[in-house]
Amino acid sequence: MTPLHALLQWVRHPRFIAGVRDMLPASPGIGAWGITTGVALANSGMSLVEVSAMTLMVFAGSSQLAAMPLIISGAPLWVIWLTALCVNLRFAVFSAHVRPFFMPFKLPKRITYAYLLTDLSYVVFIKKYKTVPTAAADIRGMDIYWSALGFVNWATWMTTSFIGIALASVIPLSWGLSFAGILALMGISCSLVTTRLRAVAAILAGAAAVATYALPMKLNILVGVSAAVLISLLLDRSRSPAHV
Amino acid sequence: MSEAMQAVNETDGWTLFAILGLTGITVLTRSFFMWSEEKMAIPEWFQRGLHYAPVAAMAAVIVPEVVMKNGALIDSFSDARIYGAAVGLIWYFTRGGVFGTILSGMAVYLPLHLLAGW
Repeated sequence: MTPLHALLQWVRHPRFIAGVRDMLPASPGIGAWGITTGVALANSGMSLVEVSAMTLMVFAGSSQLAAMPLIISGAPLWVIWLTALCVNLRFAVFSAHVRPFFMPFKLPKRITYAYLLTDLSYVVFIKKYKTVPTAAADIRGMDIYWSALGFVNWATWMTTSFIGIALASVIPLSWGLSFAGILALMGISCSLVTTRLRAVAAILAGAAAVATYALPMKLNILVGVSAAVLISLLLDRSRSPAHV
Repeated sequence: MSEAMQAVNETDGWTLFAILGLTGITVLTRSFFMWSEEKMAIPEWFQRGLHYAPVAAMAAVIVPEVVMKNGALIDSFSDARIYGAAVGLIWYFTRGGVFGTILSGMAVYLPLHLLAGW
């Protein structure tokens, strides 16, 4: 089988099509956010090379937007990196969750797949896969499914980021297109609220993140998550497992 | 000097180094538990925490973006975001679907934001 054949077989696989279909509803949100991020970066005063390098390599909107003003103001490197680390720490939790699913793959593939582990692809994936497949055909299906999520997510983000960079002078940030990204994240999060306690966790995390907003380096996100998970664990311990 | 030249000239090694580090942080955090092949015993409390962590992480990112302005809680109802978010939420829980959530929310948000200036 030629590589082209293999590729065609891959993208025609029902799991690939399912992955594209599951990721598409979030694409307008990813796209609007990509455009906004592109516009913001292009207007930041960084050079085109720097903006392009950041877009192509960093591939993490929230950390790019958090780092941008720090880079412009010439903040020390450790402040920039520590801020990005705090903003990104939630991904480490996601990676613990997804680890058993990716373990059948070899290290380079695991790391490549993990690079594509964004908020939206993660949530769509864990909604589809609750248990780790064991049969070879199912593992292959999961492999193909993840590649489809990653592909749609990555391609949408890159295309729209560069559209934003190119149209930076035409699309002012004041239009507030980034709000579509917030709405996409909101819709996806709502799909995770399948139990009452998860709704409680969401409200607690949101409230704690607002209350501790003044913390440096976006640590409020970390505080919000930790507080919400901790309280939810205490609450679900005091209930019967059936309610969770 | 052409604009393109200038763009190249403005590029400095320090910024590129910072960006390289940011790339490393993306890779490191997303792959954090993927490197080791050793059997990892995930504690029971952590497993249960995973029921709540995803939605908590999303909420911690989103909620401040909706209800805060310039680092403080909004003090006026003349803010297009809360209406856009409210309509998006109502849409999700009555009709369902992420796409509809985005469209309905933006349909309320954009006119309020662009025309009324909220």
